Order: sequence, then C-alpha cells, then structure tokens
Amino acid sequence: MTELTKENFSLLNSFRKIPFSTRAVGGLYLAVLILGIVNGFNISTLLSASLHLFGVWAVLALANVPSIQAGTGPNFALPIGIVSGLLAMVLVLSLDIKGMAFILLAALLAIVFGSLAGYLYGRLMNAVKGSEMAIAPYTGFAITAVFGLLWLAIPIGHPHMIFFLGGGLRHQIPLDQFDANFILARFLEIEIFGLEIRTGELLVVFAGCFLMWLFFRTKTGIAMSAVGRNPMFAKASGINVDRSRVIANMMSTAIAALGVIVYAQGFGFVQLYDFPMFMAFPAIACILVGGASGQRAKVANVIVGTFLFQGLMATALPVFTRVLEGAGFVNALRMIIQNGIILYALSRMSKGGN
Amino acid sequence: MINNDSISVGGKLRAFLLDKIVMIVFLGFVVFGFIVSDTFTPSSFTNDIVTRFFRNGVLVLALIVPVMAGLGLNFGIVVGALAGMLAIVFVRYHYTLFPGIGGLLLCFAIATPIAILFGFLTGKLYNKTRGQEMVASLIVAFFADGVYQLFLLFVVGGIIPVRWGHRMINPVAEGVRPMGIRSSFEMGLPAGEMTGRGFGDELPGMARALNNLWRIEFVYALLAVAIAAFAFLVIRRVYMKKNPASGMREPLWQFCVKSAICGAVLLFAIYSSGVIYYWYNVLANTPDINRLDHLPGISNFAVEISRIDRFPVVTGMVIAAIGLFIVYFSKTKLGQDCRSVGQSQQIANVSGINVDRTRIIATIISTVLAAWGMIIFLQDMGHVSTYTVYRNIGFFSVAAILVGGATAAKASVKNAMLGLVLFHAMFIVSPAVGMFLFDDGNAGEYMRTFMVYGVIGVSLGLYVWKALKASKAKFRLDDAP
Repeated sequence: MTELTKENFSLLNSFRKIPFSTRAVGGLYLAVLILGIVNGFNISTLLSASLHLFGVWAVLALANVPSIQAGTGPNFALPIGIVSGLLAMVLVLSLDIKGMAFILLAALLAIVFGSLAGYLYGRLMNAVKGSEMAIAPYTGFAITAVFGLLWLAIPIGHPHMIFFLGGGLRHQIPLDQFDANFILARFLEIEIFGLEIRTGELLVVFAGCFLMWLFFRTKTGIAMSAVGRNPMFAKASGINVDRSRVIANMMSTAIAALGVIVYAQGFGFVQLYDFPMFMAFPAIACILVGGASGQRAKVANVIVGTFLFQGLMATALPVFTRVLEGAGFVNALRMIIQNGIILYALSRMSKGGN
Repeated sequence: MINNDSISVGGKLRAFLLDKIVMIVFLGFVVFGFIVSDTFTPSSFTNDIVTRFFRNGVLVLALIVPVMAGLGLNFGIVVGALAGMLAIVFVRYHYTLFPGIGGLLLCFAIATPIAILFGFLTGKLYNKTRGQEMVASLIVAFFADGVYQLFLLFVVGGIIPVRWGHRMINPVAEGVRPMGIRSSFEMGLPAGEMTGRGFGDELPGMARALNNLWRIEFVYALLAVAIAAFAFLVIRRVYMKKNPASGMREPLWQFCVKSAICGAVLLFAIYSSGVIYYWYNVLANTPDINRLDHLPGISNFAVEISRIDRFPVVTGMVIAAIGLFIVYFSKTKLGQDCRSVGQSQQIANVSGINVDRTRIIATIISTVLAAWGMIIFLQDMGHVSTYTVYRNIGFFSVAAILVGGATAAKASVKNAMLGLVLFHAMFIVSPAVGMFLFDDGNAGEYMRTFMVYGVIGVSLGLYVWKALKASKAKFRLDDAP
C-alpha cells in the first residue's frame, strides 16, 4: 500500500467515525447555509443567528451530560430544572433587583432550588430504576402544570410582572424593564465582519462546559461515569450507586435551572406557564446530534451538537421563508429532525442494552 | 411471592388504598367539584359525560391490546389518529363526491390500510427500541406529527396539485400556487341538522353522521343496557355454579353488590322510561303545545330526563363490538400468544412464538382502532383543527385508562369504560374547581393538565416501584437458605 491510499483510507475512516446523527444534521445545516448564500443571504447574518441560538441552548443541553453519564438517560424531566430557574428569577425580579445583580442572585437561587428539586427527583429516579425514561417526561409535564397554578396564585404585585387586570403573573415578563435583557449577551459583545459574537453568553457556556469536563476528572465524576457504565461493577468496587445517581440528577436539574436564566436573558423575556413543557426534547436532540448516545455523553457532544442543531433551526426559517415563500412547515421539519434523532438514539440504546 | 394471609388488616387496607389511590383521588375531585359548583344540573352533567364517553370510547379501547403484548401504554395511538385525519382530509376535500354517512364510511375504508401500514412501521420501531417502548411511543407521536404537518403543509399543493380557492386549502392571491391545508375546517352538517342557509350547507356532511343514524331516548337505552347487564350477571353466576372447573370465581357478596347496583339502575330506568313515555304520549295528544316542558302539570323529574340527549345507538354498538372483539381476541391463539409475549419474551420465544411478529400485530390492531377512534371522535366534534386536535389524544386516553385501574402491564375493557367516565367527569368539573379554589378561569385548565400528567406519572411510578419491590422480595426469598 502506498502512503497516499492509506491516508485516504484513514480520512474516510475518520469520516465514518463521526456519528450518523452528526453527519446528517451537519449535512443539512451546510445545505441550508449554501442555499441561503445562493439566495442572497449574508453568511455572517446566518452564522450570527446560529451563534445566538447556540449560546441560548448550550447550557440546557449541557444539563443532560450528568444524567446520561450516571445511567438515568437523557433528562426528559428537564422542566423540573427549568421551573426552578424560573421561580428563582421571578422571586428576584419581584424584589425589583435589576441588571447584573439580578442575574447573579437568580443564578444563586436557581442552584439552590435546582439542587433541592434535583435531590427529590433523583430519589424518585432511584425508586423507578430501569424505567426512568418512561416516567421522567410526565414528571416534567405535571410539574409544569403545578407551576402554572403557582404563577396564577403567587402573591406578587410588581407592576411589570402581573397581568394588567390582575390575576397572576404575565405569560412573558419583559426583562428590559429590569435592565436585564441580553445582559450576558451584550457583555463584551464584539462584531467581526458583521458576525455578532455574544461574548458574555459564550463565556458562560464555555466556562460551564469546562467545569463539567473538570468534574468528570474528579473522584465523584469518575465514580458517576462508572455507575452509568456498569452499575453492578460500580457497586462491587464500593461506589454508592444510588448516591451517585442522586448527585447526577441534582447537577442536571441545577444546570437546567441556570440554563433557563441564560435562555431568558438571551431572548429578553422570562416565559412562564406552558413554556417549560416541551423544552426537554430540543435540548436532548442537541446533545444527541453531537454524537452522544443514551449511555455516553461528552462535553464536546454538547458544543458540536448544539451548534449544528440550533444552527440548522436558526437558519432554516429565514432561508426557507425566502426560497419557498411562507414556511409554515419549518416547524414540521424541526419536529421530524428533533424526534427522529431521539428515536434513532433510543433504538441504538436498546441494542447496547441487550 | 409475599403471602397475603400473613398481612394484617391494616396492611391490606394500605395495599388497597395504594392500589386504588388514583381512582380515589379522582372520585374525591369529582365529588368536590360537584359540591362547589352551582352550574351543573343532573341532565347537563349526564350529557357531558355521555358525549365524551362515545367520543373517546374507541380511542381508549385502542390501548388495551399493546398492554396485553407487553408493549406498555401506547402513546403512539396518535400515529393511528393521524391515519384517520388523512382519510378525513381526503374525503372532505372531495366533499361533493362523498356526502353524508357514505363519506364517513369511506373515511373508515381509507384510514384502515393507512393505519395498517403506520402500525406496521411503528411496530418495527418498537421492536428496535425494546425495553423503552413507552418513551419511544411518546417520541414517535411527535415525529409522526412532524411528518403529517410536512405532508399537509408542503406536499399538498407543493407536489400534489390542489385547486385554487378550495375551502380546505390555504387562501392565496390569484395566480399564486395554492399550498397546504387550512388550520381548521368543518366536517359539514348532517342532513338532519342542515338549516338550508349559509355557506356549504348545500350537501349533507359527516358531522354526527354516525351518531344520528339511529338515536333513541336515553332512558330507554339505559333500560336495555341494564336488562342486558342483569341477564349477563345471572347467566354468569349460573354458569359458574354448573362448571366449577371453569376457573371463574366470584364471592357471593360481590355478586350481591353487583346485582344490587344493576337492580337499582334497572328500577330507575323502568320508572323514568315509564314517565317519559307517558309524557311524550300526552305531548302527542296535545296539538297546541310542541315542547315537553310547556305541558301543564309536568314534573321537574320528567323535564330533566327529557333534557338528556338522545342515545347514539350505532356509535354505542361500535364501541360495544370493539370491546367484545378485544375480549374475544384475548381468548384466541393470537391473543394467548400476545399474553405470553407480554409475560416474558424469552419464554415465549422458547415456546415457538414469533415474538417480533406478535408485537407488530398488536401494534397494528392498536393503530387501526386509533384511526377509527379518531374518525368517530371528529364526526362527533364536527369541527377539525387540522394541526392540533390529535395532539392530546395519546395523553388523555392513557390517563383515562389508568384512572380506570389499568397499569402498564394489565388493562381490560372494564378499566377503559370506568376510566372514560371518571376521567371525563374530572375534565368537566375541573373549571369549576379552579374557579372555586383560585378564583380564576385559567386555573381549571392547569389543574386539568396537572391531573392528566400527574395521573400518568403517579400510576407508572407506583407500578414500577411495586414491581421493583416485588422482585427484591423474591430475590431475598430465593437467597434464604
């Protein structure tokens, strides 16, 4: 064999090593980008939109890493973390705390609420071992509905937060009234050739990713991975399996609570009521697109997957709207890709399980 | 297994409460709602329940066979519902060719092969996601929703040419290519309800076409059902006495309670049928009065009875037939295979059953029933929200059968029927409860949502928890020297 063929061969091999979901969504993303450029879009506009959604979603996608690693599967109960974060934000806003102080205080409270909720949820997951993914979505849905009642009944009278005619909190609380819209995004924001880079938001994302990477190199983190890989073996080597799983779910829920704060400032609104209901599925699709499976997830999966999947979502709408005039089906496309990816991962999962 | 005799009365009571917790909470909720609300009359409440019972009956029955085959609760009945939707969209697009009940029958005919295909594909998927069927069924419902939307919004018009200005198609300016089905359309009024004025009234439609085929006074139907139930109880009792080997057993007190309930319903039905029959006769003989409640001397009771909607006999017979089919199916060879597969795939495989094939057939049956159920649902509604109406079908049906006492491993027609009544009673009273507790009209909506998902979460959670506990107890017993 000559050097050249060998190299070609390994190139092909390394392409084959890229997981199917990543290849498929990446290919689509590229196709949409090219279609956009052909139809007169500015490449930096499209990439800016992609980066925007990436920054907003990445932390929510990151929340799935600990739960997958500990063997409870992607966190289908992400709404639990999200309502924790929403509650934290609502409480801080009701005290009329504005700007950066709001973000920091809300983040602190979100970690507290998220950890508490995650502890209870982790206990629940231990009680239903083996069927975590069947129970989790409904736990999330039910909690969302309970908080729907809470938003209606909570005794907060801040004029920017309640309905004009009274009777509960608004569906969307505008953060510009609290000087907190895009506050992370605008922090050190730079623009290169029309490409907007929301530095603060990205810093938060990468800091979170780095901390997560670091965590899985600590003793607790390694134990957690061992639990996910083989619970029997982990137990035999003296790891407290149940405790590891509870910690993983606490982390996952707390990160989701932080994630929704990043999400809210990125759009400039705190969305309440039905908003958390179906948030788990796009977040899970993000990490799966990046090449995670139901049992293994890495920080790199989060970064690659969120960028590709959310990038596709961010660009498909404007591009198809211009190309086909009226793109009501872009939402349909999102549902097909998002749920197709999850189904694909589920089918791989049981093969690994048997 | 744990020996039941050694458990104390308190333990038994606790086990019973844990077993029926969902049902008890629902009953409590409904009774509470009934007490705090002043808007319900007996007739309006009965009407609501009866309407929803016939509307959702087949959809809930569609869940039973997959449970039998060990697939768990099939949230993927949405896929079947979409097959029904496609058939309805096609028939309504050609509404001039297929008016009235003929169009509705055509819907069933078109939906069936589509549902068989969808069921086959879904079944294949469940075989690939073995052990995670329940979450896969949830996701496949979302996935199918996406494909359906893409089809109706883009392929219809984009690839399949459609007529410009058709009332089913999104309106566009002249000269622009029409694309996509509108977000809502009507099933068209049936022949008996047409007023002869307004747009689209020129041809009889499919709304309530099946219900209106044959309607009889509600209490007459109740009488017939009560007589049939009573006869069934007695015949079964006699059969059990004569064939002690049949394996069917029923304690005497259970028989007495059942007969007492049945007898009470029967007496009520006889009395009210008599009353209503008498007053209708009076009405027929009084030429200058054309409404029952205007008759002089009529009792409140008779007026209340007359306000209950007339009973849709054909729809009732369809539901009864499907219920009987499921009972019959569970006794056939295929049904027994399903049960074996549901119990243990390994053992079924060893004993020569084609596990994958059996599971696919179970899914196909469920999907086809769901397609029919959706058509029956929509003919009763009369109005179709093209892209939303099917979304909650899976959740609501599953919640209903769980309230009726089913679990992920055991479901019967009885669970489905009981659940339909209890679940929809909750649905009807929840706005009133929300209004009472929170003084807010929206609160009832969230309470409802919470009840739906809460029921699913709690029921499934309790089931898994009990199963884990049982297997641990078994493990311990096996270990004992």
